[in-house]
Amino acid sequence: MVSIRDMPKEELLLPGHAACPGCGAMIALRYALKALGKRTIMCVPACCTSVIQGLYPHTSIAVPVLNIAFAAAASTASGISAGLKARNVEDVTVLAWAGDGGTYDIGIQALSGAAERGDDIIYACYDNNAYGNTGIQRSGATPYGAWTTTTPTGKKEHRKPLELIMLEHNIPYVATACSAFPDDLYMKFKKARKIKGPRFILILSPCPIAWRFPSWSTVEIGKLAVKSGAWVLWEYHNGKLEFTGWSKLIAEGKLKKIPVIEYLKHQGRFKPILKDEKAINEIERRINDYWKFMKALKEALK
Amino acid sequence: MLGKVKKLGKKTLVITGNYAVAYAAKSARVEVVAAYPITPQTSIVEKIAEFVETGLMNAKYIRVESEHSAMAACVGASAAGARAFTATSSQGLAYMHEMLHWAARARLPIVMAVVNRAMATPWNIWSDHQDSMSQRDTGWIQFYASNNQEAYDTVIQAYRLCEDEDIYLPAFICLDAFILSHTSMPVTIHDEEDVDKFLPKYEARHWKLDVDNPVTNGNIVTPDHYYEMSWSMDESMRYVKKKFPEICEEYKELFGQWHGVFTKGYKIDDAEYVIIAPGTLFEESCVAVDMLRENNVPIGALKLRVYRPFPSEDIISVARKCKMLITLDRALSYGFNGPIFNDVRSAIYGETGTPVFGYAVGLGGRDVTFNDISSIVRDATLKLEKGLHSSFVYYGLKVGEK
Repeated sequence: MVSIRDMPKEELLLPGHAACPGCGAMIALRYALKALGKRTIMCVPACCTSVIQGLYPHTSIAVPVLNIAFAAAASTASGISAGLKARNVEDVTVLAWAGDGGTYDIGIQALSGAAERGDDIIYACYDNNAYGNTGIQRSGATPYGAWTTTTPTGKKEHRKPLELIMLEHNIPYVATACSAFPDDLYMKFKKARKIKGPRFILILSPCPIAWRFPSWSTVEIGKLAVKSGAWVLWEYHNGKLEFTGWSKLIAEGKLKKIPVIEYLKHQGRFKPILKDEKAINEIERRINDYWKFMKALKEALK
Repeated sequence: MLGKVKKLGKKTLVITGNYAVAYAAKSARVEVVAAYPITPQTSIVEKIAEFVETGLMNAKYIRVESEHSAMAACVGASAAGARAFTATSSQGLAYMHEMLHWAARARLPIVMAVVNRAMATPWNIWSDHQDSMSQRDTGWIQFYASNNQEAYDTVIQAYRLCEDEDIYLPAFICLDAFILSHTSMPVTIHDEEDVDKFLPKYEARHWKLDVDNPVTNGNIVTPDHYYEMSWSMDESMRYVKKKFPEICEEYKELFGQWHGVFTKGYKIDDAEYVIIAPGTLFEESCVAVDMLRENNVPIGALKLRVYRPFPSEDIISVARKCKMLITLDRALSYGFNGPIFNDVRSAIYGETGTPVFGYAVGLGGRDVTFNDISSIVRDATLKLEKGLHSSFVYYGLKVGEK
């Protein structure tokens, strides 16, 4: 593990960006760029980062950025990667940086294509569980029970397990991360940088606006997500699966998982189901199933 | 003395329009190809795959999972500073629509072959210009080839034009489905070394994704700047008019091929009536012209080689010298005639009062023969004699004319 003290001092996400106070995505981007370094080209589809980077003729991102259409993050990144290789530029990392709407939903076809082709890109999805930029509509990442403006009584479906869909593409590197654990996130990007081919990192990024919690609680909420087991930190590399951080401790029985209600109750978005025992049980059931599956998968890949 | 003058490395092959386009991508030393198959474009991307996999062409080939991704990957590759190429048809072009705007607005000189095919529904794979005509306002330069040699030469000329530092816009090279795409004709192909003299390696002088000189492209632009960005694209279209004649002259000098610049006339010098048509409709019109001239009909034909920017100047100058223009449209602007008819009328408005008679022909690949074009000319002549000034007719309509 690396401590924040050991990370590069240079900031590639510059001050003056336009993120909301307490934005989890920008914690993630800051440390992702520290890990990847200056020789990185970013490709950003429609998402919060399209706005956060700032208004022309200014920018708050110190590496080259190509903004692109909603569905096109992965395909554009593939093109950049091919263009660089055609010009014999080999030491530059191409990073597609997209939100959950652009990844789980409208961008999944291009992402799946790039993964299947083995294109040399890192695709990172900062997942705030909703279409945040357009004012909080449900996405394929929105969890069961959560309020959004298009699920005013709470979402009736569970999220799509995108990280497992990507794992099934048999690509060299798949990891989950969380904005509340920048050290874990940093190490994963650092590792991904050294690997060739398609790499996918899914980052849970708590969003004070969409999740309805105070802007100073972002890190706390992220920690609760992992501590309750609602979000699981793991990485898949060289055909092996490992739990990381607190999820590793939970898997090894060294940290006791807290009831999910402890994670849900701090977020206004779960208000529709907070007193609904059946709904809470359904969320717990899903968490337990996911853990059961991941543990079995880890064993199977041993 | 032999050997003093280096002969051009060229060969003449009897090939389809699609193969001519594939050879052109090779001659132009395209560096990245991203493509998705669609009838009748497929043999272009198959041939390029063969070139790449047998080492005849040094390009990265991204076999994307959709046309939207094909154009997105071309945008990425071109933004990274490489020469990018793709090809599509019909539904594929429509599926790319969003990315067409993106490529043009990012000022990326991507060249794409569009094998013109009818739009669904219902399914129809035959020649029709509705696909490319309905992308008219995306900021792409549009060429229509009338034979396979022209398809080959225009791809190379288009790169030279699009990569000009005062232009930086993308271009379509349109060729009619099957009539060109799957019909073999002799085509003279040039060696890459010779084409290099005309088309040097692409250098993105305006902007590119470069870690040593980082820029952000395409972040939010307020109304304070957006307007001027759109205007500058239109300025570049105007610059095409200045630059393309020189490019065509230089190409002729080097390779001996001449297809006209924006238009090309056939027997128009003494013509009282002029047919204006793109692509193979022009070639067929030339046959009709010869036939009609045997009967002393004073007619000529004008090829519409470039549709955007629209060659208003050429059309005005022809219109001033003749008594009647006849336009052939292989597409419709539903609710308002055919696109070429409308544009021709708009171009000459206030410049000359020459009557314009428009005809929709060949939609969904219905055959358009020189006999059909002769009938059209007779119909237009009768209208002119009656003192009519303008009309738009659906030629050969089987449901009966009003």
